[in-house]
Amino acid sequence: MNDIDKVKKLIIDKPLKLDCGQTISNFPLAYETYGKLNDKKDNAILAFHALTGDQFASGLNPITKKEGWWNYLIGPGKAIDTKKYFVICANVIGGCMGSYGPSNVNPKTNKNFGTEFPVITINDMVNAQYHLLEFFKIKKLFSVLGGSMGGMQVLQFVSNFPDKSETAIPIACAHSHSAQNIALNELGRQSIMADHNWENGFYVENNKSPDKGLAVARMAAHITYLSKKGLQEKFGRKLQERDDLKFGFDADFQIESYLRHQGSVFVDRFDANSYLYITRAMDYFDLSKQFDGNLSKAFEKTNTKFFIISFTSDWLYPTSENREIVIALNSIGKNVGFAEITSDKGHDSFLLNIPDFLNTIKNFLNTSYYKLNEKRI
Amino acid sequence: MKKEFNTIANLVEKKSKVLDVGCGDGELMKYINENITNDIRGLEISKSNVQKCVAKGLTVIEGDAEKDLKQFPNSSFDYVILSQTLQAFLDPENVISELLRVGKKAIVTIPNFGYWKVRIHLLFKGTMPITKDLPNEWYNTPNLHMCTIKDFVNYCNKKNIKINSKNLSYKNLFSQLGIFVIEK
Repeated sequence: MNDIDKVKKLIIDKPLKLDCGQTISNFPLAYETYGKLNDKKDNAILAFHALTGDQFASGLNPITKKEGWWNYLIGPGKAIDTKKYFVICANVIGGCMGSYGPSNVNPKTNKNFGTEFPVITINDMVNAQYHLLEFFKIKKLFSVLGGSMGGMQVLQFVSNFPDKSETAIPIACAHSHSAQNIALNELGRQSIMADHNWENGFYVENNKSPDKGLAVARMAAHITYLSKKGLQEKFGRKLQERDDLKFGFDADFQIESYLRHQGSVFVDRFDANSYLYITRAMDYFDLSKQFDGNLSKAFEKTNTKFFIISFTSDWLYPTSENREIVIALNSIGKNVGFAEITSDKGHDSFLLNIPDFLNTIKNFLNTSYYKLNEKRI
Repeated sequence: MKKEFNTIANLVEKKSKVLDVGCGDGELMKYINENITNDIRGLEISKSNVQKCVAKGLTVIEGDAEKDLKQFPNSSFDYVILSQTLQAFLDPENVISELLRVGKKAIVTIPNFGYWKVRIHLLFKGTMPITKDLPNEWYNTPNLHMCTIKDFVNYCNKKNIKINSKNLSYKNLFSQLGIFVIEK
């Protein structure tokens, strides 16, 4: 039995109509939980992962044997203290860590879906994950949060289910994917599709794997997660295990070696078709367009309390784009806080141990939870 | 806590909706939040102050009053508070009109340049006054538009802004700080 077959899965039997027009049913949603759901069921937090994340947000990822991607934030005694809160995290549909995606078998052909998998959207991902509330019999979540694509899911979730979460924390994201971000995603997709081992998406049955294309996609994307200053300080022009330039195309510089390493470890844990599908979902995301160009309308019906966070050196989802969400909420008098955290680490900051960032989330959640319980007494 | 915070807080009605513009480290917000109304949020430009507010569990929006007040709808708060920052804005006239648009009432405090100690300092020493409320030198003060209590009252009268102006001459000479409730 494959390791991925052993992860926790919720089989969603209700049909889900996707934005592309197709309907899926009886499909798996892989998830993981941390902490305990209390008797009142008022301490549940749904965390949404970013492009290459998965359901293993905290602790040790049993598949990759690496630390969970939000291990700094979530865990016992951490900013989101799992001794107090119950955290749920699911692998998005289209993903490759057990949820329904292009590496699943198509029952009609008995072969992997490959590029016959339907194109999914952020809206579809969120609608699929909503079933977790019914599964755990949670009437209202205490919070929804996520960074990058996770933040887009937060925005879509509150818009779709305005009375299903007390609080929401979208981090380092945007309500509409920018031309620059679409361009960068397209670069990654073209890199995968240019690899002749991609085989139009049907590489599994041909016993091939577009590793080179996927690795280059990851290398390009990885640069966008960092900042110029961060790269310069960490690598500068330092050479990789050599005293001088070799006048060839080996990795002379440490930054080259670092990127090659990032590319090569990525292909071991990620499916190339999933990369295509998930980047497409991000590109299609335009919440304001869903409401005739008026983002405020997306949040008109909600009383969810927001806190929005951006980072100074994030040029992929810059503060200006995060601030547009703040403005949309303020302009209809909704409850929203906002902080731009100082960091040289670029977009990746939301995954790192940055005390101001972790404390902002911790204080916002703990105060909101306290107020919620005070209100009930 | 600064002593004027108590006076300001007492001007705010219970359970009302409040925006503290330039809320600093959140001391005033915290006091109002605990004693008057918990429907309060702040707007603050300094990152370190934003973190101090967050640490106190307060709702704060990082932003610049001169640019970011415009995102709030008309009369969206019962009170908008501006505590001792009016004189530091590039365009205080615009800030006042925004306060009165966003808030049904605005509570504004200003360091009074007409305070007798300030007048005496300038008269006898001949240098820019330095007092408890005006602690900086002329070359490093953030205060761009100093005024007296009388100046502020005159301004409001000229602009048809409602303001209490009882005992004006007395207050203008003996108050270090002017605290006003104004409305359109």
